[in-house]
Amino acid sequence: MADSEVLHAEHRLEYPYSRSTGPIIGAFLTGLRDGRFLGATGTDGKIIVPPTEYDPLTGDDVGELVEVGPGGVIESWAWVSQPLRKHPLQTPFAWALIRLDGADTALLHAVAAPGPDALATGARVTAKFRDADERIGSMADLEAFVLEGGAS
Amino acid sequence: MADETSEQGPVTTLATPIRLDFEFTPGIAQSKFLRGLERGEFLGQRCGTCGKVYVPSRGTCPTDGVLTTEDVLLGNSGTVTTFCVVNVPFAGQSIEIPYICAQILLDGANLSFMGLIQEIPTDQIRMGMRVEAVWVDESELIPSLASVRYFRPNGEPDADYETYKEYL
Repeated sequence: MADSEVLHAEHRLEYPYSRSTGPIIGAFLTGLRDGRFLGATGTDGKIIVPPTEYDPLTGDDVGELVEVGPGGVIESWAWVSQPLRKHPLQTPFAWALIRLDGADTALLHAVAAPGPDALATGARVTAKFRDADERIGSMADLEAFVLEGGAS
Repeated sequence: MADETSEQGPVTTLATPIRLDFEFTPGIAQSKFLRGLERGEFLGQRCGTCGKVYVPSRGTCPTDGVLTTEDVLLGNSGTVTTFCVVNVPFAGQSIEIPYICAQILLDGANLSFMGLIQEIPTDQIRMGMRVEAVWVDESELIPSLASVRYFRPNGEPDADYETYKEYL
């Protein structure tokens, strides 16, 4: 049998899951839809962003939700020179852990920058949200972070 | 500030679709079977060691571990070995319930495969029933089991249990 007779077909496996967010993640996503970040107060007083349902140290319920950001500091980062289809940006960008102002933990998101030379650990960035009518209550409501006061 | 209520109400659910796009190739042996369907034929393969005929063939005999190289054209009729009447609706269902799903042993084959049975009330299906394939119109034949619309009773007397008891 010639190779040309061996069949090929495009397949797609898809499950349309819908998850319940719970009160804490739900509040965080509601915040994103409103264009702001909410963190949870841990039992030691530290602000956890993104918030966890339970205190990571004690397992107790977390305390009050407080607003943080929208600016922050890059704690670490990795440059993506060839973005994949599912990445938040389709031009080269950085994945970065960003500690928002007022937070004690870091959030993973994309940083839009002209190139890796423009980035550094400790660099200041700020959130760039999508337009209000495009926000649905998802991490994707946050288009990316951009360098504070710099070109993106 | 955190207790402000959003106009749209709080977010309580999050859509997290999982999607995997991939290219599937059935390989040489199953491609032959699928090309057969495109011609309106059931094509199997015989093991040169044990003589069993597999349809669809995976290209090797699972008993003897040898390549199956002899192609065997099978008949259009077969025997229902087991069946299930589906009464329960489920997401993505494309056939009106109730319907019959059966394992069918094609004449000349030593392996049954699953098929839809139609043109018979669901309470009349039985083990040993003789059935035949009903194909789509010739112009609609494709290399897929979708070319077989369904199986229906072919009017022959039921097969003797002894002839298919090995295939349950």
